[in-house]
Amino acid sequence: MLLKNFLKATVFAVSLSVAGGAMLAPSFAEVVYNRGNSADPESLDPHKTSTVYEAHILRDLFEGLVMQDQNADLIPGAAESWTVSDDGKVYTFKLRGDGVWSDGAPVTADDFVYSFRRLLDPATAAEYASMLYVVKNGEDVNTGKVKPEELGVRAVDASTFEVTLNSPTPYFLEMLTHQSTYPVNKASIEKLGNDWIKPGNLVSNGAYTLAEFTPNDHIKLVKNPKFHDAANVKIDVVNYIPTEDRSTAMKRFEAGELDSNDDLPTEQLADLKAKFGDQLRIGPYLGTYYYAIKTDKEPWNNPELRNAISMAIDRDFLAEKVWQNSMLPGYSMVPPGIDGYTSAMASFAEESQIDREDKAKEILEKLGYGPDKPLKMEIRYNTSENHKNTAVAIQEQLKPLGVDVTLLNTDTKTHYGHLEQKGDYDVARAGWIADYKDPETFLGISRKASGNNYSNFDSPKFEEAMDKAAAAGGKPEERMKELENAERVLVDEVGNIPLLYYSFHNLVSSKLHGFESNVMDVHPSRFISKD
Amino acid sequence: MLLYVFRRLLTAIPTLFVIVTLAFFLIRVAPGGPFNQERGLSPEIKANLEAQFGLNDPLWQQYLNYLNNLLHGNFGPSYNLPDFTVGELFAKGLPISIQLGASALLLALIVGSILGVIAALNQNRLGDYTVIAIATAGSTIPTFVIAPIIQLVFGLTWMLLPVGGWGNGALINKVGPVITLALPQIAIVARLMRGSMIESMRSHHIRTARALGLSEWSVVVRHAFRGAVLPIVSYAGPAAAALLTGSIVVETIFSIPGVGRYFVDAALNRDYTLVMGTVVVIAIFTIVFNLIVDLLYAVIDPRVRYD
Repeated sequence: MLLKNFLKATVFAVSLSVAGGAMLAPSFAEVVYNRGNSADPESLDPHKTSTVYEAHILRDLFEGLVMQDQNADLIPGAAESWTVSDDGKVYTFKLRGDGVWSDGAPVTADDFVYSFRRLLDPATAAEYASMLYVVKNGEDVNTGKVKPEELGVRAVDASTFEVTLNSPTPYFLEMLTHQSTYPVNKASIEKLGNDWIKPGNLVSNGAYTLAEFTPNDHIKLVKNPKFHDAANVKIDVVNYIPTEDRSTAMKRFEAGELDSNDDLPTEQLADLKAKFGDQLRIGPYLGTYYYAIKTDKEPWNNPELRNAISMAIDRDFLAEKVWQNSMLPGYSMVPPGIDGYTSAMASFAEESQIDREDKAKEILEKLGYGPDKPLKMEIRYNTSENHKNTAVAIQEQLKPLGVDVTLLNTDTKTHYGHLEQKGDYDVARAGWIADYKDPETFLGISRKASGNNYSNFDSPKFEEAMDKAAAAGGKPEERMKELENAERVLVDEVGNIPLLYYSFHNLVSSKLHGFESNVMDVHPSRFISKD
Repeated sequence: MLLYVFRRLLTAIPTLFVIVTLAFFLIRVAPGGPFNQERGLSPEIKANLEAQFGLNDPLWQQYLNYLNNLLHGNFGPSYNLPDFTVGELFAKGLPISIQLGASALLLALIVGSILGVIAALNQNRLGDYTVIAIATAGSTIPTFVIAPIIQLVFGLTWMLLPVGGWGNGALINKVGPVITLALPQIAIVARLMRGSMIESMRSHHIRTARALGLSEWSVVVRHAFRGAVLPIVSYAGPAAAALLTGSIVVETIFSIPGVGRYFVDAALNRDYTLVMGTVVVIAIFTIVFNLIVDLLYAVIDPRVRYD
């Protein structure tokens, strides 16, 4: 008995001391934030990233011209102020006097000229180069038609950076909150080549610097004492811990190994709510889960038929039963939550499910479908338990209408490869998360020329409204009205079948403060503190 | 013996070549590519990416380039983790997977053998049934069930172990993953050991040893065990190759930064160079461990000679 207790005590002591090491807890008084992030970044090079997992980390490491605060509202970043020309095409940014890189060199307008050119230079092969296609010559630089030097950016003087756009773009400032527009350090890239991004080498201008990066284990950021607002940065060390296994993440949170996590095993939502109470945070997020439908293929080229299918799908059931309320029923492409914009909901959104089913049945009968001539429809989806359950539920919902639904599952790469190559299909699962807070990001993907127009939607009325919105760039209210008109066309003609709006689901320790819920799910570590 | 080793290593070269060639072309048959994702890329941007990684060259040229790089020890860049080369990813992850795998294998061989011998010596008695029950349970309960139970019991309820994480290699962080990896292996080794030990105990040389009046300990350990251990050795070779190259289930559940997950992730992500890296690594491990097994045979079984 004595021996057993002794063993237990020893193991416990060892575990305590090692657990300290495991969480990389440094010396006394340093505040460490162990931040669960559902995946590792693909790259820490702002010009090579595309995912939200990277966005969290890069927002801590770098500072763009403008940034977002804890409520995802726009705040000055490396630029302390800016002016827009009367025609809305020229943005002049005044850089802050106390902005420095982590090596002590000042952040200059030349750094931004270099960084904007680098994002668009074809040699960089940036996935998000298109973010700056709105800049004059942006697209031509990226496609190699003109040299990067021709890009519409210039350093007026060391602290004045000027950008010329193709046309007035009211969401340009919002776009600049995206990590792909952050500045990178020219001197270190030229000196170190591809190694500039390694811990110890990386020179950044944000609230934190990179200390360690072990793939699939942790990324350690330490507070940057040279950051202009360092006095207000409360957390000394942020450890980004990839939490691919969501169940493990919950247990690690419970054991105190994580202070927050940005995803939950939604199938356990009821239990988690009971266990974690207020620490569980779920709310609307700017993202839409939808089905693309081939609008240029028989029989789906008939908007009435597309509408009947869309109408018959019980979105409340999907949200409640399949997604355990971790998603919200969706009837528009643009999710609610963008200031000044009212989403155009499907006409049947307010009707009861029974009425909708009756109407859908009528339409199908009118079009000649019935027990003798069932409508055949194939749903393609990428591998995921919830995508499968969603498709199965829709299959069951459409069965009483005499629609013969078959399912086809492929892995993610095959799925999107097939869509991108305009392969043959009826209906395919897709999703869209906002890059910036503007309806454009959701509507642009249904434009005829967009590579993401999986439905092959081609509507002159929609294109016209979108063009009008672009032309109204200088007048925000008029522009929003035109965008609403465009969405009305898109939804009425059923260019896509919107099913659900995404929601964020965070698990946040009650010890953390400043981790505010917002529709962009943006939580810069510099505004967070820990008891 | 040295000559034999040399000959075996020499024949490994064409084997590796065939494996590399097959893998290179097979992964290209899979639809989609490394740059297909939820957010579609415009053809121009995709062309830039493909140009950067040489994916717009004709396939035969890509193949020759790959072989050339491989001969120079260069596994190429990872497409999906461009901050790292495939070589760097393995340099960071492989030592971790080897540590866990080797510990688990060692544990399995020791515990499994002891359990197997106990069962064999108590054939059809309580000891035997207990071991068989443990072995059956161990080999039928999957690791994705065992791992969360260990996390719950030792991590959350008793708070003896961390739930997950590598903790920069702290011993305490290895306990859970090693036990999870070892349990099914213990079961297999115990069953193999039991069977071959029973057979060995019935063989002529054991009867002779007994007739000579040797002590039971000497009979069991020096004579019966030595003969019975051969099937374990044959099993341990491929098992070592598999264990040392990591397990996606255990690494994902315990958040361990090993290489096991690359085997699955790389293929799903169409990260061609990383797929090739995993294929080469597992091929080398398999070849080397098979060779070690054959050499061990010569050491253990006097009838086997490679001269």
